[in-house]
Amino acid sequence: MQKSTQDYLKTVYNLSKNKEEVVTTTEISQKLDVAPASVTEMLKKLAEEGYIKYSPYHGSTLTEKGLKEAQKITRKHRLLESFLSNVLRIGKDKVHQEACQMEHSLSDEAEESLCRLLKHPDTCPDDNKTIPACDLPFSNCEECIQLHEKGLEQVGKRDKNLTSIRELKSGTFGKISFIRGEHKVLQRLLDMGLTPGTRIQIIKIAPMDGPVEIAVRGSKLALGQNIACNVFVEVE
Amino acid sequence: MTSQNTPANTADDCSKNNTHTINAAKTDKQFTFALAGNANVGKSVIFNQLTGSNQIIGNWPGKTVDRAEGTLRFEGHDIKIIDLPGIYSFSTFSMEEIVSRDYIALERPDAVINVVDASVLERNLFFTLQLIEMNAPVVLVLNQIDVAKNKGILIDKNKLSALLGVPIVFATATRGEGIYEAVTEAVKIANSKPKSKQLKYHKDLEEQIEKLQHIIEKEKLNLTYPTRWITIKLLEGDTEITKLVAEKSKTVILHLKLISSEFEKHCQEKCFSIIASERYALTSSIVASSLQQEEISHPLTDKLDWFATHRIYGYLTASAIIGGLLLWTFFVGNLFSGLISQGLNLIYSVNPELSTSTPILSIILNGFWGGIDAGLTLIIPFVIPFYLLLALIEDSGLLTRVAFMMDSAMHKIGLHGKALIPIILGYGCSVPAIQSCKIMETRRERLLAAFAITFAPCSARTIVLFGMVGLFVGIHWALLLYIVNLAIIFTMGRIAMKAVPGKSTGLIMEMSSFKRPSLKIALKQTWTRTKSIIYIVFPIYIIGSALIQILYFYDILTPISNTLYPLTVLWLGLPAFAGILLLLGAVRKELIILGAAAILGTTNLLIGFTPIQLVIMALVAMLYIPCVSTMTMLGKEFGWKTAATISLANISTAIIIGGLTFQILNLLT
Repeated sequence: MQKSTQDYLKTVYNLSKNKEEVVTTTEISQKLDVAPASVTEMLKKLAEEGYIKYSPYHGSTLTEKGLKEAQKITRKHRLLESFLSNVLRIGKDKVHQEACQMEHSLSDEAEESLCRLLKHPDTCPDDNKTIPACDLPFSNCEECIQLHEKGLEQVGKRDKNLTSIRELKSGTFGKISFIRGEHKVLQRLLDMGLTPGTRIQIIKIAPMDGPVEIAVRGSKLALGQNIACNVFVEVE
Repeated sequence: MTSQNTPANTADDCSKNNTHTINAAKTDKQFTFALAGNANVGKSVIFNQLTGSNQIIGNWPGKTVDRAEGTLRFEGHDIKIIDLPGIYSFSTFSMEEIVSRDYIALERPDAVINVVDASVLERNLFFTLQLIEMNAPVVLVLNQIDVAKNKGILIDKNKLSALLGVPIVFATATRGEGIYEAVTEAVKIANSKPKSKQLKYHKDLEEQIEKLQHIIEKEKLNLTYPTRWITIKLLEGDTEITKLVAEKSKTVILHLKLISSEFEKHCQEKCFSIIASERYALTSSIVASSLQQEEISHPLTDKLDWFATHRIYGYLTASAIIGGLLLWTFFVGNLFSGLISQGLNLIYSVNPELSTSTPILSIILNGFWGGIDAGLTLIIPFVIPFYLLLALIEDSGLLTRVAFMMDSAMHKIGLHGKALIPIILGYGCSVPAIQSCKIMETRRERLLAAFAITFAPCSARTIVLFGMVGLFVGIHWALLLYIVNLAIIFTMGRIAMKAVPGKSTGLIMEMSSFKRPSLKIALKQTWTRTKSIIYIVFPIYIIGSALIQILYFYDILTPISNTLYPLTVLWLGLPAFAGILLLLGAVRKELIILGAAAILGTTNLLIGFTPIQLVIMALVAMLYIPCVSTMTMLGKEFGWKTAATISLANISTAIIIGGLTFQILNLLT
């Protein structure tokens, strides 16, 4: 995506307090210091690409797609501001300008690492605005830190209401939705047939926080509690 | 098929060169066949049937730790058979997987006999697909077809064979059924060398494979592995293969990164997960069209399973297994020991008075005869019932239940449930037990398990315990020592866990199904294990016993006793000659009791020891040092420094515990 596109989306996002609020072309023109005619032209282009809804003489609102992009770039911008100010100790008056330059070339991976390095900041130091949340598959920042520190990976998707097999009663059926763990453990579980989408049944749970026995693809497997708690299923 | 065993098997279950003949005729071709497949599917049973050898068989995954070799003469062919360790996949989860795949890809056996458990077909075929991907000449043996039938599973052999493009044989290896056919098919394949069928995955994945394969072919890497297999391994992110390719071509790796990251983005899933899912999608569609499943319930095995893993009965079962094994050994052993002793006394009884009057005669009669006598009365009667019951337990599938129940307890010493299997085997002999620590996933876990095993009372220590304490002090004292020993294993395990850096992995274990243990297999295994004692260890007893007589008679042992005096007499409260026994015991633990009998000139140990001294002696013997064979094994597996550290830990534990126990018992009496 072009740098200018990102700048426009970011501006519309910053000027509107919520998704429904219409931002006028004049506002954008003033903020970006660009002639209104050029702004109109750009907004039309963005509308064509599906990032905004644009009505002439009225203004623009972000679409779902536009909002996502705008949040992403704003998030990068504000994370960078925090980094420049809090870690590199660059003066607060300069960080905005710097971040504007850097945000466009920051990869998603670097963004994720930056967020962890800064211990998941909520607001940026420049104007104390909220840093938008990431779109990574974590339920909270704590989990992101933990997974990273332990060198864990995950397979499968977590888009539904999921339960760890450790919490299920014997006899329950479920479909594997996602598993997290070290690479080797994941590989072994996949090799043993626990691929995402596979139907399994809980056979029994050993007493005293013992292993969980499950039936999968006609075989029976015992998984220790520390592995079982990282295997999530969609209960049937 | 004829079946004759060759008397080749010697030391601790590790003999690997046996020749077996089927319809001997003149040789025309030499072949090598490899047995491969998941753990616990019956490869070793088939191997033993083919080669007439005696690989240890048990109903728990991971018995075959190194690959075993044997030979077979079959209709004029000399065939070398390789038994590969049981694995689930060709990833790099364990050393066994890398070793097996390198063997199949690089040594190129003339046929790979892929043994699969017919009742868990889908999971087993996951591995078969990978063999076919490697262009291995596969013969698929559906073993335990009888068990599958009992479970209501019906398999269409022709359909399955057509879908996979490999010949299929039904077998029940424990009864020898299907083995002849399997070898016949393997010989056919070895002669004709057919091309393996190309199995195709979903087109999205196939596109990526094709793209990358095209680049690899263009780069002409000259790798011994098949290109398609390499391609798939690269996409899976296999570290070994990636390293191998990276050394030859940076271009391939660059494209690999591009292709896989794009594909991962497209599927929103990691490549290795996509490939595993695709493989399973293929196996499950193959299984769906060639297998019929009727629901059949199994009240007996279900009940047994329920009982063995019940929150109360389960633990009772676990302790009953270990306790029962020991009690059974003691009572049966004691009975036979008495009978043999009476029988031997009819022939000749050791006469201590000889040693003063006629030294030469004393050495011959009391030394040699004493060695035979002690071996036959104190050792053999205990070893046979122990190994027989252990073999039956191993074959039944009970061990995996015990591992399942004890998992959380094992976590307290940095291990998981599976480690209990080698530790229980350690009650037999530490050497194969330490070897079977390979079923543990990391070096740290193997080390911790091996350390625990050095404290576990092996059959030799059990003999010392029963022979000294059980017979002369009382069986309840012997059992008490076992309980003390458990507490020591646990405590030392915890200390070791804190001392060895690293973290614990979790339990992932296949629960093998219960089965009626085969008495034939158990007897055969008992014989294999006892035979090694008779052939190798017995001569040591006899010569050793005579040697002790000579040394004792000419007073050469006194300096040893004197040097160790502060430790043995002052701190442990033992008789002075205990120092000699402790030195002997470092060679083999049984020599402690044999040496005592030789020095005292009688098998009635109460002549030289008080009951308290017998208890202390047995306690120290149980803990103080791994015997020479165990130390050699430890050195081989973990390095000599580690072996020395473990031995030192053993010695200090024995000295501290032994001394304290002596002080306490002294105060009490």
